[in-house]
Amino acid sequence: MKSVEKKAKTVEEAIEMALKELNIKKEQAIIEILEEGNRGILGFMSKAARVRVTQKDNPGQRAMEFLEGLVKHFKINPKIEMFEEQDTINIRFEGKNVGALIGKHGSTLDAIQYLTSLVVNRGVENYKRIILDAEGYRKKREEALERLAKNMARRVKETKKSVILEPMLPNERRIIHTALQGDSMVNTRSIGEEPHRRVVISLK
Amino acid sequence: MIELVEYIAKALVDHPENVTVNQVEGEQSIILELKVDPEDMGKVIGKQGRIAKAIRTVVKAAAAKDGKRVVVEII
Repeated sequence: MKSVEKKAKTVEEAIEMALKELNIKKEQAIIEILEEGNRGILGFMSKAARVRVTQKDNPGQRAMEFLEGLVKHFKINPKIEMFEEQDTINIRFEGKNVGALIGKHGSTLDAIQYLTSLVVNRGVENYKRIILDAEGYRKKREEALERLAKNMARRVKETKKSVILEPMLPNERRIIHTALQGDSMVNTRSIGEEPHRRVVISLK
Repeated sequence: MIELVEYIAKALVDHPENVTVNQVEGEQSIILELKVDPEDMGKVIGKQGRIAKAIRTVVKAAAAKDGKRVVVEII
């Protein structure tokens, strides 16, 4: 957590200086008054006020602020909803033209998700997982990948030849592996190096 | 698009005051040259260029709305 100490003639001034340096509002700060300060008599015996201001750690809010600023550049104005679980921050975009935030196979959504995770977890100890979704895309993609897995498994059984799928992200490969886990006739494994790792479906 | 690259870069680095983005207009594309503090290079490039790739993906998507081809270069 970021923290600064400031000295000024009065407590208020010192707080203001610290807030300005941290670039935060008063509500986002923990303020400790280290020394009240004293105006003294006619300038004699005066003592400076000293405060320590610490930025409150609120990862969810940081994520929201970053994303609100980011989507402005897409010239869209989606509704952004957040709900936090223990170690995960879920954020959903809803509204017109949010498809621009998804991109091909969710590549834009994944890129935004990754950048948000970097911004939120920068210099903090408790890692938060960030999951972004737009218009229920994640769920739809999951269902599409499950269908793909089942279709390809059928093809493997019919032709008795292995099938190599296109490169996918780790979470997408996991969906394929999971979808075919219960299939007694095929097995799945991943080959190649990131970011070109692919799932291979073959006969057992 | 300059503002967008600046916005993302500033959110990632330790020295946002040293972030600059310069726009060079090419014939068919716009090149955005991102410059950061030498200490922050890793923060905008990442392991195997993963962060740089994410920045490019987001900027490309935002620029697509204007029908422009945008290239982000880190210098």
